[in-house]
Amino acid sequence: MKADKPVPAAEDSRRRFFAKAAAIACGGLATLAPVAAGVWTFLDPLRRKSAAATFLPVTDLSAIPDDGVPRQFAIVAERVDAWTGFPRDPIGAVYLRRQKGSKDVEALTATCPHAGCFVDLEPGARSFRCPCHNSSFTLDGEIVEPSPSPRPMDSLECRVGENGQVAVKWATFRAGIAEKVCGS
Amino acid sequence: MKRLGDFFDDRTGWRALVHEALFERVPGGARWRYVWGSTLVFAFMTQVVTGLFLWASYSASSQTAWESVWYIQHEMAGGWLLRGIHHFMAQAMVVLLALHLLQVVIDGAYKAPREVNFWLGLVLMMLVLGMALTGYLLPWDQKGYWATRVATNLAGIVPFVGPQIQQLVLGGPDYGHHTLTRFFALHAGFLPATLVLFLVVHLALFRRHGLHAKQPITKPDGLFWPDQLLKDAVAMLAVMAVVLGVILVPAVRTMLAGGEVVTGELGAELGAPADPSQTYAAARPEWYFLFLFQFLKVFEGWGATGEFLGAIVVPGLVMGVMFLMPIIGNWKLGHRFNIAFTLGLFAGVAMLTGLALNEDYSALWTDRSKLGEATRLFDETDGDERKLLAAVGGDATKAAAIARQFSAVEKFRRSEAFLAAVRTARADAERAAELAGRPERIPPGGALELVRSDPLAQGPRLFAQHCGSCHAHIDPASPDAAAVLAKASAPNLHGFGTPSWMKGLLDPTRVAGPAYFGNTAHKDGDMVSFVTGDLQDEDTWKPTDIEAVIAAMAAEAGRVDSTVPAATIAHGRELVANEERCGACHRFGDNGTDLGTACDLTGWGSRVWIVGIISDPAHERFYGDSNDRMPRFGKAVDGGIAPLTDEQIGLLADWLRGEWYRR
Repeated sequence: MKADKPVPAAEDSRRRFFAKAAAIACGGLATLAPVAAGVWTFLDPLRRKSAAATFLPVTDLSAIPDDGVPRQFAIVAERVDAWTGFPRDPIGAVYLRRQKGSKDVEALTATCPHAGCFVDLEPGARSFRCPCHNSSFTLDGEIVEPSPSPRPMDSLECRVGENGQVAVKWATFRAGIAEKVCGS
Repeated sequence: MKRLGDFFDDRTGWRALVHEALFERVPGGARWRYVWGSTLVFAFMTQVVTGLFLWASYSASSQTAWESVWYIQHEMAGGWLLRGIHHFMAQAMVVLLALHLLQVVIDGAYKAPREVNFWLGLVLMMLVLGMALTGYLLPWDQKGYWATRVATNLAGIVPFVGPQIQQLVLGGPDYGHHTLTRFFALHAGFLPATLVLFLVVHLALFRRHGLHAKQPITKPDGLFWPDQLLKDAVAMLAVMAVVLGVILVPAVRTMLAGGEVVTGELGAELGAPADPSQTYAAARPEWYFLFLFQFLKVFEGWGATGEFLGAIVVPGLVMGVMFLMPIIGNWKLGHRFNIAFTLGLFAGVAMLTGLALNEDYSALWTDRSKLGEATRLFDETDGDERKLLAAVGGDATKAAAIARQFSAVEKFRRSEAFLAAVRTARADAERAAELAGRPERIPPGGALELVRSDPLAQGPRLFAQHCGSCHAHIDPASPDAAAVLAKASAPNLHGFGTPSWMKGLLDPTRVAGPAYFGNTAHKDGDMVSFVTGDLQDEDTWKPTDIEAVIAAMAAEAGRVDSTVPAATIAHGRELVANEERCGACHRFGDNGTDLGTACDLTGWGSRVWIVGIISDPAHERFYGDSNDRMPRFGKAVDGGIAPLTDEQIGLLADWLRGEWYRR
């Protein structure tokens, strides 16, 4: 039915205004609950923080020859993914290397600072190259121009224990910016 | 603003659309009885909104469904509220559907020209019920799992294509990942998409025909906006208030009682993870399907034919009559028949639901004392009438009176068993949630793994299955203790290893009692005569000596109180090892006593010791040749299958020792 006829009863406009306001208020309030509960739950991930950087045992000094060539190692750690707890799970990778005669270990994360891809070691181990956008780095992790990466590869703190155990302070860094900032 | 409105109006004509939507004429003015359809649309929209947000956090597989729902309920901010609204709005929707249908039938709104819209409404009703049914399984908890097993098995009895339908719905020959993915696709995809389609046509036709006004019209016409919409909005708010009330009232109660509100416990229930290997005696469909559940009982004893009749033929006929209502309504008394049929149907559903609830919960309001004599005689005669006649001394009148009470006894017992099952289910659910909340979280294999390796969850079950036919496990201070112990034929293992257990063993009034050796072959054995004889000689056994022995034994079990001085324990150990005291029969450490006479007390009550005696009680370290009746539960030397695995024996030992995860 089309409502092109005039309003059947001449209503008091104030009453009609209140009726409209009340209808909107009631309907709005009723709708608010599910929407609010939904948005509240949807925003839950913002409360979650990534784990604080900690030293994680990676390998033994003997597994890193002192030839200055980086070698790739997996970072294995306890990991919680929402409801699942993984007692030991590979969570990332690092390149470790040692200079001739040195006992110090240098660590570079394998995550590209440009867009977060996995940086490969070039055949012949002369340089690093990211397969996604061809970011290139020297074995020290410095940028080789031209490169889309805004910063050098991210170095990680490294500690060699008395028993020769190599531990890396594992952290993730924000990609795509010139500064090295913790976070993912 | 107005120019922007004009811009879009020129290109879309939205003003006319809004005008048409809002300024619908309501003949006879707005009325409360017209609100049901709108509340249903509102309820559906609520389900869409909350459902989409739930979807953003739900994971449909048999190793992640329960887990993700647990995470939503207990870990995500606001998840309990979101899930609670979705759960209870679904139930509200069923109630609103019934009211809408009732109003349409009573007002005769199904008559020409609105027949097609009535049929569409019935289809919508079935779609909503289908969504309720499929949604119940998604948390993959015991409740949903077992209810769905019943529902899908009923689908399997459809003639000719039943098994194929069942297999398609399950996504294979058995329940698993694909059952969930399929139910989820139905619940969140196929069914709601179909529902939206039908709803659009339903609403379009409703607008085409206009509102079916309640006759006679006495008041002037009103407008949909704002007259009817105000009433609709108030009704929607009321529906939402009821839903929120159901979720929040328990919280308010807790707060008024001064307790702490745990949000994860509010709103929709989440049972223990689905476990096909665990009986679930509390299995019931959701309350709005209880009538069907009860209706099937009418056909008990008819076998598959009965189920076919009760689950398919009769509901099919009822739906058939409802589809024919617009046609029946044209007959002279048709409309009255339709009203009577619908009211009768509702009354029948209410009655069946009431019957089902009564059967399950009657023990709550049955006066147990009135059935006292009948209960006793029922147990004595196994319900056999001839034995009953003999038991009451041949008094036929009395026998008949008692026999009439037997069914009440049986009903009471069944209800009690159901209530106990509900309590167990609740405890299991709480325990599963507690375990999932450990800092280590849920193992990658899923929460069921966690529950299956939990001594608190598995211990009582394993004990009941394998130990409980002889051993009791009841707190001696409990009021039922005497009755339970009288039935036991082996020692009460409650608190085994604790000082109080050992104290009872060394008590001359209790050692030959039912809680210890009273009902075993050791009743007249050396230990009993030692406790009632030698141990009573206060010159050799000062009370402090006995206390020291108790402390030493509890220390072996690792359950000694930290306030007990180390010197007392050391003194007790010397006494136990002493070859003129306990050591005369018992090996203890390296006291040199031969094994085989009595149990080795080294590490008595420890995990290793308990695992040892359960695995092989006749081993020379334990009872040897004097083992009473206890079977071997561990690895069989002859290569046979052991009744219990090493893991299960470990669970029993941990449970007996009270060692399980605590928050």
